[in-house]
Amino acid sequence: MSETIAKAHPHIDVKEFHPRAHAAIHNPKIRQNFRKAMDGLMAKRTAAFEGWDLETLRDLGANIRLKALSNLPDLLEQLEQKLTENGIKVHWAVDGDEACRIVRDICVARDAKSVIKGKSMVSEEMELNHYLQDQGIEALESDLGEYIVQLADETPSHIIMPAIHKNTGEISELLHEKTGTDLSNDVEYLTASARQQLREKFMNADVGVSGVNFAVAETGTLCLVENEGNGRMTTTVPKCHIAVTGIEKVVPSLEDVSALLALLTRSATGQHITTYFNMISSPRKGEELDGPEEVHVVLVDNGRSSIYQDDELLDTLRCIRCGACMNHCPVYTRVGGHTYGTTYPGPIGKILMPHLIGLDEGRHLPTASSLCGACGEVCPVKIPIPDLLVRLRQESVDGDRLHPAKVRGHGAKRSTGEALIWKGWAWMHASPGIYRLGTGVAARFRALQPSKAGAWTDYRTAPKLAAKTLHQRMKERGQ
Amino acid sequence: MADPIKVYPSRPQKVYFFGTCLVDMFYPDAGIAGVELLEREGIEVIFPQGQTCCGQPAYTSGYHDEARSVARAQLDLFPEDWPIVVPSGSCGGMMRKHYPSLFKDTPEATQAAEIAGRVWELTDFLLNVCHIKLEDLGEPVTVAMHTSCSARREMGVAEVGPALLGQLKNVNLVEQIRPEECCGFGGTFAVRHPEISGAMVEEKVGTLVDTGAREFVTTDCGCLMNIAGYAEKNGKPLEGQHILSFLWERTRGNKGGQS
Repeated sequence: MSETIAKAHPHIDVKEFHPRAHAAIHNPKIRQNFRKAMDGLMAKRTAAFEGWDLETLRDLGANIRLKALSNLPDLLEQLEQKLTENGIKVHWAVDGDEACRIVRDICVARDAKSVIKGKSMVSEEMELNHYLQDQGIEALESDLGEYIVQLADETPSHIIMPAIHKNTGEISELLHEKTGTDLSNDVEYLTASARQQLREKFMNADVGVSGVNFAVAETGTLCLVENEGNGRMTTTVPKCHIAVTGIEKVVPSLEDVSALLALLTRSATGQHITTYFNMISSPRKGEELDGPEEVHVVLVDNGRSSIYQDDELLDTLRCIRCGACMNHCPVYTRVGGHTYGTTYPGPIGKILMPHLIGLDEGRHLPTASSLCGACGEVCPVKIPIPDLLVRLRQESVDGDRLHPAKVRGHGAKRSTGEALIWKGWAWMHASPGIYRLGTGVAARFRALQPSKAGAWTDYRTAPKLAAKTLHQRMKERGQ
Repeated sequence: MADPIKVYPSRPQKVYFFGTCLVDMFYPDAGIAGVELLEREGIEVIFPQGQTCCGQPAYTSGYHDEARSVARAQLDLFPEDWPIVVPSGSCGGMMRKHYPSLFKDTPEATQAAEIAGRVWELTDFLLNVCHIKLEDLGEPVTVAMHTSCSARREMGVAEVGPALLGQLKNVNLVEQIRPEECCGFGGTFAVRHPEISGAMVEEKVGTLVDTGAREFVTTDCGCLMNIAGYAEKNGKPLEGQHILSFLWERTRGNKGGQS
């Protein structure tokens, strides 16, 4: 197994979005797997919020996150102080590389050779598994979906359900090939066999690495939401636990957690509550029989503080990582998570990743949306995702002299040709006389309208110019 | 934090009609139908001949300087405090929701915000301001409806189309699965990401055809040219119409509807 894990990831080129979208759209299995899974998740979410005043709850969730973000520097200081008082060691990392080095140094100091991991998207940002592997430390994913993705040497295709792109048959074949499990469509059998493999690893792992869903500043508590018990095992069985988290995950008090938790589980998987909810406040105390001897928290910035500098972009940091935006996204449903080529796929990825990788690398991300607004409508903390997509489109073409672009790599998508087209368009539409003349002439000579109109007519007929414009007809009516 | 609650104006004597560029060039019948419906309600319709486009194509493409210069050319067209009605959720959404942010920090900020507050999607205006009562004179027909994403989510009028169609006694309205899912138009998205857009409209047409209806109506010309254009190109048995054209055609014999 370690051989599989040791294999380096092929570098994913974010810019190759179109070819990957093409492949996904023409792959019936991918289309079917995502459509079926997303339909199910949407129905579950709807059912889970039945009887709730969802709008009021979303307002509450948004306000809690906004309040926390508006006070972020102070809350982080308070969190550090409380965690330290509780005996948890706090580390700060500017980027993913520094966070990786911190984890490695902790492992090296303990002479640790194996790490068991609970699910953590920040560790995906850090590409921690590969880093540790290069350092001679085995890192094994223990979340079932992450375990499957790791066996297949892939990346997660969804932030909550990493292996959602695979159906049972594909998973069975993978487990058979990599771990010798019998081929079977019995989900219970497959799960039990994976659990068997993982149990042993839990017992022997030197260090457990987990993510964090909410970090409570007032009490110095790390909250972890999960369903499989692997999070509990990861954070209690090994002698050392390292939690990695983005700096935005802090909330002021325990009271704030209840509303966010109610929103998170229902939005993510349609559950009223997850099977496990872990609250970690300290390492093992003197008299206690279990729990880690050491607990560390790595607070990772990785581009977040630059998002924080802008009043509008700041809303990106409200995210509680439920994945509802991708479950409801008609683009994500068609192309699947891997097409994006980014750690976070779907709508949240499109507004977050440009800050992490730059708008030059991620230039196609903000455009890959019909701006239908389904993501913003279901977001439990009301992130105005469509507005942020438009903002990033503006940034990527340097399109607003009044509000100069500031995201790293801005202007990368601006081309002289396209800018000229829009200038010409604006000139015509800002001059009513010229507009009426132009549209009038087009109507008059509509017989000459070409039947092909670029990519539009690959799928559809061209709309037909009317014999007279509305302007002309209203004028004839004396209006 | 909550979206502003819609406060409908009292029924005015006059309205401004903002036709939109797609209606102007491709679907003027829908515009005329909207005007006729308003006039039958006893409302005088003012059509400023200086109007062109709301500026949305440039806005959603990121070219905000260009969007602002086009939008600015519309601002002086509505000097009186009459409502501005728009036969589109998309262009209505641009004017109502996005003009205030587009003109933030400009000398026109106050004017743009004032205009934004007067913009109404036309079917919403007919139902909830005019309290229109429709008398169906047409033959029995089965139709499906696609409400555009902007009509649904920016203008909040998802209930309006079905309510209007529900007044027509010979119209059997059937609902497709996933009615709230985007048809894949998305303006320049359809040409920047043609395959994704194509996959979306393919499924939308499939769900509409599966209802058994051979006609659909919609609030927006973008969705109309996308869905009907796909059906026509691919030989699917589905024709589309703007909802205003449909409503007018089925009730136009009735000239005495003023209330």
